[in-house]
Amino acid sequence: MAGLGPAIHVFLLFLYMQEDVDARIESAHDIVGNNAMSPLIDISGVAKTYGSGTLALSNVSTRIERGSFVSLVGPSGCGKSTLLRMIAGLIEPSSGTIAWPQTENARPKDIGFVFQDATLMPWARVLDNVYLPLKLKGLSLKEAEPRIMDALARVGLADFAQSFPRELSGGMKMRVSIARALVTEPPVLLMDEPFAALDEFTREKLDDDLLDLWASQKWTVIFVTHSVYESVYLSERILVMGARPGRILKDIAVDVPYPRGRPFRESPDFIARCAEVSAALGEGMKR
Amino acid sequence: MNAENRFLRIAIPLLVGIAFLLLWEGTVRYFGIREFLLPAPTRIAESLVENFGSLMGSLWITLRITIAAFFLACVGGVGLAILFSQNRAIEMALFPYAVILQVTPVVAIAPLILIWVGFDRTQLALLILAWIVAFFPILSNTTLGLLSADHNLRDLFKLYGATRWQVLTELQLPSATPYMLAGMKISGGLALIGTVVAEFAAGSGTSTGLAWRIIEAGNRLDIPKMFAALLLLSVLGIAIFLGLAWAEHALLKRWHESAVRREE
Repeated sequence: MAGLGPAIHVFLLFLYMQEDVDARIESAHDIVGNNAMSPLIDISGVAKTYGSGTLALSNVSTRIERGSFVSLVGPSGCGKSTLLRMIAGLIEPSSGTIAWPQTENARPKDIGFVFQDATLMPWARVLDNVYLPLKLKGLSLKEAEPRIMDALARVGLADFAQSFPRELSGGMKMRVSIARALVTEPPVLLMDEPFAALDEFTREKLDDDLLDLWASQKWTVIFVTHSVYESVYLSERILVMGARPGRILKDIAVDVPYPRGRPFRESPDFIARCAEVSAALGEGMKR
Repeated sequence: MNAENRFLRIAIPLLVGIAFLLLWEGTVRYFGIREFLLPAPTRIAESLVENFGSLMGSLWITLRITIAAFFLACVGGVGLAILFSQNRAIEMALFPYAVILQVTPVVAIAPLILIWVGFDRTQLALLILAWIVAFFPILSNTTLGLLSADHNLRDLFKLYGATRWQVLTELQLPSATPYMLAGMKISGGLALIGTVVAEFAAGSGTSTGLAWRIIEAGNRLDIPKMFAALLLLSVLGIAIFLGLAWAEHALLKRWHESAVRREE
């Protein structure tokens, strides 16, 4: 019996540890649960007044969920680009907060940003343009090359790595810009009217390519556009914005499954949803 | 540009030049114009051959000072422009003085510089004077270029956490290259003009560049030699311009609008 004492102790210790593990698993579930509940970006009461006194944005609040595709639609001067730049950290809000609850409020380091024009370095080859974000992080070209070529392959430009931007068409330049944004595998992709300057055909093609990439990469995409059609086709959610001062007028969900394709573009449902967004924009104008 | 076009681009100015020389030669011979007023082109060529040794020696002196002044103007102009682009306060403090240096005629400063440097070191004085004339276009063009980098690209660099050094080397300097080269093309010619003007202002001294040969020939009424020295100065100026234009083309031909050849 004397030998039983330590054995009981070991058994009790095992039970205690088991309880501890269970507690830890429970608390981990809590964290995951909270993270799943909390948005990726929490925008609260954000306003922006420029030095000239122009009120670009007034009291904007919304939450962006991880992995979602959200469009900001509105007329010129409604502050949609300002809001996007604030999310990127390029502009500071005059008041309010932009929080990142899932990453202890730290803005992710690798945010991809695509501008209205391709914004490429004309003196650098396509390869070097896509290399830029990795070069700035200190990676050598040799280390970065597989990732660069992978990013270029994803946008269908692997054969143009050695070309200069001026040798490419407008649509191809935009693809290079997208490849540069995704070479860092960003968790968030911010796009500021990226296809606005392109012809209708190229634009529709790039819309589809973007949706394919989004489906495979599971990024969070915030897409600024002034095209109602583009916003309805691309997004899960549309934030309709009004001008003077810039504010969110309506939050519209587009609960249509992906992939959407041409049948959706030509469906009565698509037209009806576009009409809903247009009506929201129109109401904002009247006000 | 096709081969025919390229041929015409060279042939037409060449024909105009030959016609002009023939007209000149004919006029001098027909009217019997005296040599000390206007020598015929053939007489200038003779003089060039006769004085080849001394003229080439002078050409070398002028060329050496011009190149050194141009090189220092590039270093000083680009260096100061980088400093200006990094700190607006430095730009505000120094730019007016750079302008003052530029707008003050070099002939007016030359005697002062000669006194300060000493007449036994004329070449150094010439170098300083030529530098003063040559550096400003590089400074002002490069400053403009450094500040003209695409603002979206600047935002992109900021987004990716680029350091000041990375912004300068990866964005600002490449953006400024066409501006810098345009400034250098102006400065190349100005460095030569600065050297020649400074040589004139310095007078005899120890420097015997081409300008001194012109003064000397003028004093002796050896006008053919004067023209021969002038011809060499022109050739030197053209060579500097062509050299810099070639460098500009080589550096920009793949990407900059100014150097890209378009299909007609």
